[in-house]
Amino acid sequence: MTNFLFKHRYLFLRRLIQVSIMFLYFGANAFGWTILTGNLSSSLFLGIIPMSDPYAVLQMFGAGAIIAGDLLIGVLIVTLFYMSVGGRVFCSWVCPVNIITDLSNYLRRVLNMNQVEKKQPASRKIRYWVIGLSLIISFVLGVTAFEFVSPISMVHRGIIFGLGFGWAAILVLFLFDLFVLKNGWCGYICPLGGFYSIIGKFSLIRVNHNAQNCTACMKCKEVCPEVQVLFMIDKSSEPILSGECTNCARCIEVCDDEALNFSIRKLKK
Amino acid sequence: MSTHKHKTKKEPISDRRKFLLNMARGVGLTALGGLVWSAYVDEVTASTLLLRPPGALDEENFLKTCIKCGMCVEACPYDTLLLAKPGDNKPLGTPYFTPRDVPCYMCPDIPCVPVCPSGALSEKSVTTDNKLDINKSEMGVAVIDSENCIAYWGIQCDACYRACPILGEAISIEYTKNTRTGKHSLMIPMVHSNICTGCGLCERACVTEKAAIFVLPKEVALGKAGDYYIKGWDEKSERKIRAAHIDKDVTTTTEISKRSALDSLNDMGGLLDD
Repeated sequence: MTNFLFKHRYLFLRRLIQVSIMFLYFGANAFGWTILTGNLSSSLFLGIIPMSDPYAVLQMFGAGAIIAGDLLIGVLIVTLFYMSVGGRVFCSWVCPVNIITDLSNYLRRVLNMNQVEKKQPASRKIRYWVIGLSLIISFVLGVTAFEFVSPISMVHRGIIFGLGFGWAAILVLFLFDLFVLKNGWCGYICPLGGFYSIIGKFSLIRVNHNAQNCTACMKCKEVCPEVQVLFMIDKSSEPILSGECTNCARCIEVCDDEALNFSIRKLKK
Repeated sequence: MSTHKHKTKKEPISDRRKFLLNMARGVGLTALGGLVWSAYVDEVTASTLLLRPPGALDEENFLKTCIKCGMCVEACPYDTLLLAKPGDNKPLGTPYFTPRDVPCYMCPDIPCVPVCPSGALSEKSVTTDNKLDINKSEMGVAVIDSENCIAYWGIQCDACYRACPILGEAISIEYTKNTRTGKHSLMIPMVHSNICTGCGLCERACVTEKAAIFVLPKEVALGKAGDYYIKGWDEKSERKIRAAHIDKDVTTTTEISKRSALDSLNDMGGLLDD
């Protein structure tokens, strides 16, 4: 049992953090707590620290809105944190959609669905096209294009303010990832994930691979939602520097040989 | 025979051609996705029959600026404000209220406005002399269906008048003669759109089965006389004429005013020729 806990230590910690964040937001609306108010689009921490979704604000800018000072400070705080410290941790440690798509991915593994279709017929670059497209549409229509269709917002707003037909959005994501494309939403399409991939490129916290310890069991590649970032497994000892790595730490947990671990990026050169 | 077979086999396409085809595919798919996406977004943001929180920018700028964080909803002590959910058929995630369910109770400190991080709810628009002034808000305007308002039938009812937070100013009671009975008076409510904030307390209070007084967005409910009407009794309006008379030398000639007025009027345009 302790081994099971140890083998899932980061997973449980992530779920705890994801649920706690949503619970704090929920409490703010339902019980009037003031620890964390708003939602993942824009919020206020402890009543003073603003935090705002930089991608949403970028769309507002594209749509031609006047950006308020509070929002800019919020964007700065969020961007600086992910850029310098966390990397793309929003996706695996904060975003509630991650719980849904991880479930799809888990079922795929358990039901051996990945054996049926080994190669995914899509490009991981789609998300960057979607970012560009969202900015063009925002500019042309004068509204924040992705914010009006975003299933991420539907889910977190649904949890905090009431779901409505948002369950349909959840089901769409679940079925899409289960039957259409492995890790389809988070790993191929989601422009918010793409955005955090871009700014998370420079962050300090990195998973490090030690090829000397690696036995090439490939368990890490099986669980990794962004498997292309693990190209160096069993080949060379180096940190995983791709911004597309979400620092979810599943690879660290499943590795039985101490070949993967968190590290702080060296700032030489 | 065998050489012939060999020739019909397709040659692998060049890298250049592959690149061009991939680019074309990318651009085509982007155009396809973009069109579907824009059509959908355009459709879902088209709703105009929405009442926004106090201090909201005009709808076009509101949709640009609102980040859909729900802070106004959380700040509202009466649970008046709601965020549009999937299935509500309203622009997703934006705040609105339905006065017949819960009207805006016009808090003097307007808690929903200062918490807005994006400025979609503008503090300036509800401020007079550096103090928040909820009476300045323009959420909408109350409209009366005079056919179904029982006061217009001659039944005494002033529920909306009594409920109005700007009592006697936004809604007044006008006395007119009840021509049906000949000996009673009608006491009918009148909304003054320049004062009405659209809080909807009247709609909430209305006694009819479906409210006979209800709030609509101002841009939907109000007409516009246009610039060419001058109020002779209003000095500000009169000034427009004086301003127009500065350009005395300019004469406008239209098809009719080319000739003298008499000639123009007498011209039957060939109507009587035959």
